[in-house]
Amino acid sequence: MEQLLDGFATALTPTHLLFAAIGVLLGTAIGVLPGIGPAMAVALLLPVTYGMEPTGAFIMFAGIYYGGMFGGSTTSILLNTPGESAAVVTAFEGNPMARRGRGAQALAAAAIGHFIGGIIGTILIVLLAPFVAKHAVDIGAPDLFAIMVLAFIAVTSVLGASRIRGVASLLIGLTLGLVGLDEMTGQQRLTFGSLHLADGIDVIVVAVALFAVGEALWVAAHLRRKPFTPIPVGRPWLSRGDLKRTWKPWLRGPVIGFPFGAIPAGGAEIPTFLSYVAEKRLSRHRDEFGKGAIEGVAGPESTASASAAGTLVTMLTLGLPTTAVAAVMLAAFQTYGIQPGPLLFQREAGLVWALIASLFIGLTLLLVLNLPLAPLWAKLLRIPRPYLYAGILFFASVGAYAVNADIFDLLLMFVIGVLGFGMRRYGLPVLPAIIGVILGPAAEQQMRRSLQLSDGSLTGLVNSPMAVIVYVVVLVIVFFPLIRKFLPKPAPPAAPARDREEIDA
Amino acid sequence: MTTDTAREPEAGREPRGWFREHSELGICAVLVVLGLLVLTDALRIPTDFAQRGPVGPKAVPVLVGSLLLVVAVLLARDVLRGGRGEAETGEDVDLSAPADWRTVLLLCGAFLANAALIGVVGFPISGAILFWGAAYALGSRAYVRDPLIAAGLSVLTFAVFNNLLGVPLPGGPLMEVF
Repeated sequence: MEQLLDGFATALTPTHLLFAAIGVLLGTAIGVLPGIGPAMAVALLLPVTYGMEPTGAFIMFAGIYYGGMFGGSTTSILLNTPGESAAVVTAFEGNPMARRGRGAQALAAAAIGHFIGGIIGTILIVLLAPFVAKHAVDIGAPDLFAIMVLAFIAVTSVLGASRIRGVASLLIGLTLGLVGLDEMTGQQRLTFGSLHLADGIDVIVVAVALFAVGEALWVAAHLRRKPFTPIPVGRPWLSRGDLKRTWKPWLRGPVIGFPFGAIPAGGAEIPTFLSYVAEKRLSRHRDEFGKGAIEGVAGPESTASASAAGTLVTMLTLGLPTTAVAAVMLAAFQTYGIQPGPLLFQREAGLVWALIASLFIGLTLLLVLNLPLAPLWAKLLRIPRPYLYAGILFFASVGAYAVNADIFDLLLMFVIGVLGFGMRRYGLPVLPAIIGVILGPAAEQQMRRSLQLSDGSLTGLVNSPMAVIVYVVVLVIVFFPLIRKFLPKPAPPAAPARDREEIDA
Repeated sequence: MTTDTAREPEAGREPRGWFREHSELGICAVLVVLGLLVLTDALRIPTDFAQRGPVGPKAVPVLVGSLLLVVAVLLARDVLRGGRGEAETGEDVDLSAPADWRTVLLLCGAFLANAALIGVVGFPISGAILFWGAAYALGSRAYVRDPLIAAGLSVLTFAVFNNLLGVPLPGGPLMEVF
């Protein structure tokens, strides 16, 4: 508690308040802007922070993360096109509301839901993270390796329509992660004698290439010549009747969102959908669902926000990224020479608690700034697309060049960007590749360390109860399609799947 | 591959159409090339010296390389059985129109022009070329406004990074005048 107050003292200095404000404003703008997600935003902004001290940088990144989720819901509601994956579900009810002239209420339900979900989620971080970190200190190399294997399997199996394409993406990432000197023996791997490659491929270059360059090229190939026209909207507000319908969904959101954010299951996509289904079942206005039920906006938005908080717990205490944003933030920690994990709360206590305090501040700023600014954000949707995507390529180049002041990185980014284009074209998800690049080298170290301890015996990987449990979970995920065949066919889960398809169509 | 062509009568008549239909096999080819690259590189690593512990620097590359080949085969099987990766959608993505390769190539050109020129003429100029070129490629045709925005953005970015944030960018001959 005292540490949290110290954190507030650090976060409330004028400079850090300014960074938090810049973060939430940039994050919201980025969430609203089509084509840029929060992961790309953090990756693009990394070079801006090279000259900054880490605390300020992370306060800003946290603001971008929460702000991005907030902004994403604005496009869902006004355009029916989610700015990022966490806001997909918001479009189901938010857009019909806007079309019926209740856009202001939809935005308010989303904004306040976001605030409440985020605050509850952040309180859970305060309560849980030190506890998890304390117990995680004791876990050894075999456990860490097992958890990383779980992350690899989960990220390829849970997300996306095709497992094999997820695995292909992961392997591409692992391959990129192999490039450079082997950390234990100093042997060159996949460097082809190039000095540029001996240091390995910078994660920032990979992230910017896959997220920004790949995305810009992909959009360019299929640019919509006539962008959608957003529905005009006034200042968000809620009537007493709306409040009566929304306060329960707001409070239920974190219950679903937080745990899902903390496990490697793809962040906010699944929990927001579950929240939507739950609200639909529990609502007294079930007939309104599909035509603009405010519960269907309030619940998922609160869930999305809380899942972001859950993601941070896993990222800070275990060093395990469960979403693309967390992956890029982990890379950012590494560029500062800070390794998130169990020891972070001891070694960098000041930084961590300032970061957590800044989450509370950022959420409050989001609510205070964004309710009145909503009509302005809606105007951002009219930015000419050539400038938007030219700007993305422009800042991607600045970022990649600034890493090492080396033209080679620009060429590398181009090649990986073209790869990212191909991945988008053929349905290979990008997240497994990023997780592979970031966690691959760490997983290899943990595995080799475990085997060193056991003197080469493979039992060294499964000699702790925790590792065994994690591997059992891995096996269940891997063989789930087989297991499902033997289970009696459950009828209800088919219903939500059908709903989803209808809405997608 | 020819036997598979024969199995699908309507596509089999026109081989180019078949390849267009199964262009995802290109991803398999990329995976095979990557896999072979990783494997050959791994096998040339000498293991006898400098090794600490029972698992050397070879093991993981061999594993990753082999898995790449396995996944390439499995993906090829999936594609030949009619499986298709879902192209990614987005706010500005219109999948109903065919891919616009001219725009993509022009964009690549603008990007590579920046890489080629940044060391010669400096970032303020090469960055402006990149922005203007990319905007042109994407269909913007404001011949006064575009270059002005490009130049303004480029010089401003240079100034902010170089002087304010302490991240050096090459100024080139233009900045030496000041």
